[in-house]
Amino acid sequence: MSVRLCGIELAHPVLNGSGTFDAIAARRAFGDELLAQFPFSAFVSKTITPEPRAGNPPPRLWETPSGLINSIGLPNRGLESFLESDLPQLAELGVPLIVSVMGTSHAEFARLVTGVAAREEVSALELNVSCPNVESGLIVGESPGETCSLLEAVRPLTPKPLIVKLTPNVSPAPVAVAAAEGGADAVSLINTLRATATDPGGGRPWLGGGRGGLSGAAVRPIALLQVREVAAAVTVPVIGMGGVSTGAHAGDLIEAGATAVAVGTESFRDPMAGRRVASELERELRRLSSV
Amino acid sequence: MRSAATPGLGARVTASLGRRACEVTRNVQAGGYRIFSALDRDGPEPAAGQFYMLATEAGWSAEEGRPYLARAFSVADCEPGPEGVRLDFLVHAVGPATRRLCALGEGERLWLHGPLGRPFAPPAELAPVTAGAILVGGGIGIAPLALWRRRLAGAGIPSRVLLGFRDSERSGGLDLFRCSEIKLASEDGHRGHHGHVTDLLEVMLEGDDAGSAAVYACGPPAMLEAVRLLCREHGVACELALEAPMACGFGACFGCAVPLAGGGYMRLCVDGPVVGGEEIETALVPGGGGH
Repeated sequence: MSVRLCGIELAHPVLNGSGTFDAIAARRAFGDELLAQFPFSAFVSKTITPEPRAGNPPPRLWETPSGLINSIGLPNRGLESFLESDLPQLAELGVPLIVSVMGTSHAEFARLVTGVAAREEVSALELNVSCPNVESGLIVGESPGETCSLLEAVRPLTPKPLIVKLTPNVSPAPVAVAAAEGGADAVSLINTLRATATDPGGGRPWLGGGRGGLSGAAVRPIALLQVREVAAAVTVPVIGMGGVSTGAHAGDLIEAGATAVAVGTESFRDPMAGRRVASELERELRRLSSV
Repeated sequence: MRSAATPGLGARVTASLGRRACEVTRNVQAGGYRIFSALDRDGPEPAAGQFYMLATEAGWSAEEGRPYLARAFSVADCEPGPEGVRLDFLVHAVGPATRRLCALGEGERLWLHGPLGRPFAPPAELAPVTAGAILVGGGIGIAPLALWRRRLAGAGIPSRVLLGFRDSERSGGLDLFRCSEIKLASEDGHRGHHGHVTDLLEVMLEGDDAGSAAVYACGPPAMLEAVRLLCREHGVACELALEAPMACGFGACFGCAVPLAGGGYMRLCVDGPVVGGEEIETALVPGGGGH
C-alpha cells in the first residue's frame, strides 16, 4: 500500500492533519511504544511561525453535533526553538517529516522556508496560507493571486516539495490551480470551516478567540466534494482530509482523486486512528481491486 | 496483561498505547452520582490524580450527534486483579456524555485511553517540613482524592479529608474514601457544616499545625481558587486537580489551555491536571461544564 508523494516514499497513504497530533507530547503520554507503532506514514508538524505564539485565550473548544470547533490560535515555540529542540525529537519518529509554516508576509514565509528546508530532517514543507498578508490585507489562501505570488516568492528558495494547505472557506479549485502555477508540488485540503458558537449562559461568543474552525465527521461531505473538484483541476498530487474516521472514508477521498489522506479530529477520539484507518484502507483497496 | 505493580507514590504512569475497549463490570448509585467500574485488561495501574478519556462503544453521538468527543475523568479508585485493573469512576449526569455514562449497563464496553497526565506529588515533594496531607474535595471533584487518600495511607502518610457538596442531589461517593474520618460541609446545610468546604479548610489552616501538611484539592473552579488563595495566605503548599475542556487528553488538540502565573498557557492534559497552586494565574478556568 506504499505510495509516492512528491517523490517521498510513504509506507501507506495515511498522514496526520497539521495541528491534530503532537508526536512529542504523545510520546510522553504513551511512551516509546508510540514509535514502534507510529500511526502515520509521514508526520506533519503543527504550524510554526517566525516568533513564539501563546495561542488564544480559553475556551478554545466547542463540541458540535459530530464535530468540533477549535480556536487554538497557533500556539508554537517559534522557528528557532522548533529547529533547535523539536525537530531533533521529531526526527526520532522514523517517518518523513513535513513541517507546516505560516507567515504574515513574503519575507516571513521566506525566512521560515529557508530555515526549515535547510534541515536535512525535513522532507517537505506545508504552507499554511490561512492568515492575512499584512501587506495586502487579503487572506492568502482565499485569493488565487496572493497564493500564486507567495509561491513565486518562496519556490526558488528550496528544491524540497512545497505543499499548499487549502481553505474550504472559498472555492478551492482556482486557488489550487494558482498554487500549482506558482510552483507548488502538492495541495492539501480541507482546512477547517470558519465557525463560531454562542455561550449557552449568555449570548456572547463562547470561544476566547471569538471564532474558530469546524472539523470532524460533520465536515466530511464538504471535504469529499472539494477534494474531487481540486483533483479534477490540477495535475499535482492532492492530500485529502476532512472527517476521515474509517478506511472507507479514506477510500472515498482516494477515489475522488487524492494521492494520500490525512486523519485529524479522529485522532483525538482514537490516538491510533491513523494506523487503524490505514489497515482498514488496505482491506478496502484490496476489495475494490478484486471486484 | 501487563504487570500490575503499584507505581511509586506520585510517579507518573505511562499510558498503554492507544484506546482499548473495556468491559463495564458495575454501575451503582452513589447518592446523587453514579460509580461505574471498567475492567482494563491491558492497562497499568494509574497514579492518583491521573485521568482517562472515556467514551461508550455504542450510543456515543446518540443525542443529536453528541457526545462526539471522549470525556476526561479522574480515576476514583482502582484495584489490580487477575484479569486486569478495575477502574472506578464517579460521574454526575449533567450533559449528553455524562448521561450516557450514567446509563452504562454491566457488560457494555467502554472505549478508554489512559492513564494520562501529571498525578499528585507526595507532601514531602511539595514542602520539606510537611508530614501529612489535607484533602479538600468539592462535588464530583472528590474522585481523585479518594484514590490519593488510599495511596497516602498505604505509604503511612496521614491525611485529613474535607469534602463539600452543594445539596443532597449533588453529593455522593463518600464510600470511596473507605471509612476514613471525613469532615463535611454542604451549601444547603443538609449534612455537616452549613457553608463551604473552604470554611473548614480555613479553620484548619489557622490551627497550630497549619504548616505541617500539604493541601490537595479538586472541585469546582471557584472552590479551587479559594483553596489556592487560602493556602497562599497561610504559606501552605498546595496542589490542585483542575478541569478544562479537552478533546484528546494527550497533548494533540491544544484545547485545554490554562493560564500560567508567568504568562502564556499550559496544556492541562500533559502538564496537569494536577498543578501547583503557584504555577497558575488562576484556577478560574473558563469553559467547563460541557459534559
